[in-house]
Amino acid sequence: MARTITYLLAIREALDQEMSRDPTVVVFGEDNIGGTGCDGKLGNAWGPTQGLFEKFPKQVFDTPITEAAFVGAAVGAAASGLRPVADLLFIDFLGVCFDQILNQAAKLRYMSGGKAKVPMVVRAMWGVGLRRGAQHSQALYPLLTHIPGLKVAIPSNPYDAKGLMIQAIRDDDPVMFFEHKMLYFSQGDVPEEPYTVPFGTAALVRSGRDCTVVAVGRMVHVAQQAATALAGEGIECEVLDPRTASPLDQESIYRSVRKTGRLVVVDEAPPRCGLASDIAALVAQDCFESLRAPVAMVTGPHAPTPFSPVLEDLCVPGPDRVADAVRDRVGVKQPA
Amino acid sequence: MSSADHPADLSKDLLAEAYRVMRTTREFEDRLHAEFAGGAIPGAVHLYAGQEAIAAGVFAHLGPDDYVASTHRGHGHAIAKGCDVTGMMLEIYGRAGGLCGGKGGSMHIADFDVGMLGANGVAAGGVPMICGVGLSAKVRGTRQVGVAVVGDGGANQGAFAESLNLAAVWQLPCVFVVEDNGYAQSTSSRYHLHGIDVARRAEGFGMPGVVVDGTDFFAVYAAAGEAIGRARSGGGPSLLECKAVRYYGHMEGFDRQAYRRPDEVAELRATHDCLDLFVARVTADELLSPADLAAIDEQAAATVDAAVATAQAAADPDPADLLTGVYQSY
Repeated sequence: MARTITYLLAIREALDQEMSRDPTVVVFGEDNIGGTGCDGKLGNAWGPTQGLFEKFPKQVFDTPITEAAFVGAAVGAAASGLRPVADLLFIDFLGVCFDQILNQAAKLRYMSGGKAKVPMVVRAMWGVGLRRGAQHSQALYPLLTHIPGLKVAIPSNPYDAKGLMIQAIRDDDPVMFFEHKMLYFSQGDVPEEPYTVPFGTAALVRSGRDCTVVAVGRMVHVAQQAATALAGEGIECEVLDPRTASPLDQESIYRSVRKTGRLVVVDEAPPRCGLASDIAALVAQDCFESLRAPVAMVTGPHAPTPFSPVLEDLCVPGPDRVADAVRDRVGVKQPA
Repeated sequence: MSSADHPADLSKDLLAEAYRVMRTTREFEDRLHAEFAGGAIPGAVHLYAGQEAIAAGVFAHLGPDDYVASTHRGHGHAIAKGCDVTGMMLEIYGRAGGLCGGKGGSMHIADFDVGMLGANGVAAGGVPMICGVGLSAKVRGTRQVGVAVVGDGGANQGAFAESLNLAAVWQLPCVFVVEDNGYAQSTSSRYHLHGIDVARRAEGFGMPGVVVDGTDFFAVYAAAGEAIGRARSGGGPSLLECKAVRYYGHMEGFDRQAYRRPDEVAELRATHDCLDLFVARVTADELLSPADLAAIDEQAAATVDAAVATAQAAADPDPADLLTGVYQSY
């Protein structure tokens, strides 16, 4: 039965139910117990693992601040019979453990001629909005989507957060799991029982005939707000949420673009070599005949994320920018 | 670590197997050196010749369900861990039927079926994985042990230091083996280790660390037995530093070893050859007979000959395999 819970609790419930189902599922990271010396009663930096140690004392571990070692340990544990979920905390810390993801996790299976199995998940917070500055606000999924061997999940709501996490844990390939920090306390209907959201299947968030809007993460909600505003002007957007960047549900995007003839891609990440430019390029290559207007990208700037709230907010695409881009595609001027 | 105390503990079978591993590896590497010079082998090949006593002495304590994470110089580890020699040769030639289907090559040679998690193209790249193996053994309640091997160069990587700490904090059944063969590529370990044994770092992480003569099989075997026994019985991780010698350059092809004294390798071969030392010891102590040793020599040469012949005659990989094995499902 579904009830309304937060994105954060949806992720915790997925971890809880999977550890309960399968004793080889283990969870570790900095403060995942919340202070080993405190018997699990104190600490816990962010929440998705809060309380899990008391329930699963043999499956939850605290790590030193040592990302290369514990992400690499996830690779080795996965290759030797466990299903680890390692918590990187902020995706920005990818920099200190990238070799383990880029050269080890992603490539073990291929390099061993298909013999290795690496069923691991790396959880990480991402995204602009929390006033954390340039080293705690990035959206690095383009780097990871680029790497064959990895899967990349980017849930935008509590239902997908739980279903994608359960899928990620049960998946036999390494999965990078992006948790938007500004969505942790967003609410949504989530079934109590375990379920999976399959990778590579986009969600049709809203149907419409005039313009396809593809958005990920927090931008799905921005795209919805824009679509609601535009509907008042008689412009009907079709909003798609790919949910996973790798694999990418190209077919659903193409099907929508063939229907609407227009595409706006919304991503808070910087524009160069990003998910937005990737989707734009794929559509330009494969659906050119269907396009009635140039593809538009609405993204963050090619700049690090600034600290000052005034400056940071300028980095985040808002409903107005998305709506403008759609109006531009359909050839309508903004109403006065 | 004195090696004189232990030879009587070693069975004839164990010694014969150790000698087979060492001799097969030497034949394998010497042959690769020649074949590479003849242009038959693509890519980068790093030879283990001179260091055979380390793989033989450490891995003699491991079973097929124990795990090893190796280095770029991994052929000796693979042979000692039980990888098929013909499969290895096919892999190094990049042919169909290779241990990794021709997708790994010398630098990524692996066989998960025998616990060989792979050579590694990144210095210390495989070391953190061994922490995961140790965690896995602990969580699943097995007595498996993980052994990470790293060169003197890799020992300076942050991932190595981080792994020692994590293994100590989690008290993992892991052994970290440092093979100091004198050079990180071409940089002397006297320079890049600042003249300080890596084993001394163990104390800083609260684990035992010892230095052994890596050319002395008996010394390596004894020290590794202690460390692996400790790991297997829940006593936590250890660091074992083996002072080794490297006969060939960092890699085959262009390394003229101008950074070494002209007579350095010849001297090492004359005075520090691990196979010569092993033979002298087992012969003097009458542990293996000259006939036993000769039979193993013959078998090793025949095994490598057959492997090369098979590799040279083998087909290239099927182009259809290019995209297999990227994912379990996608």
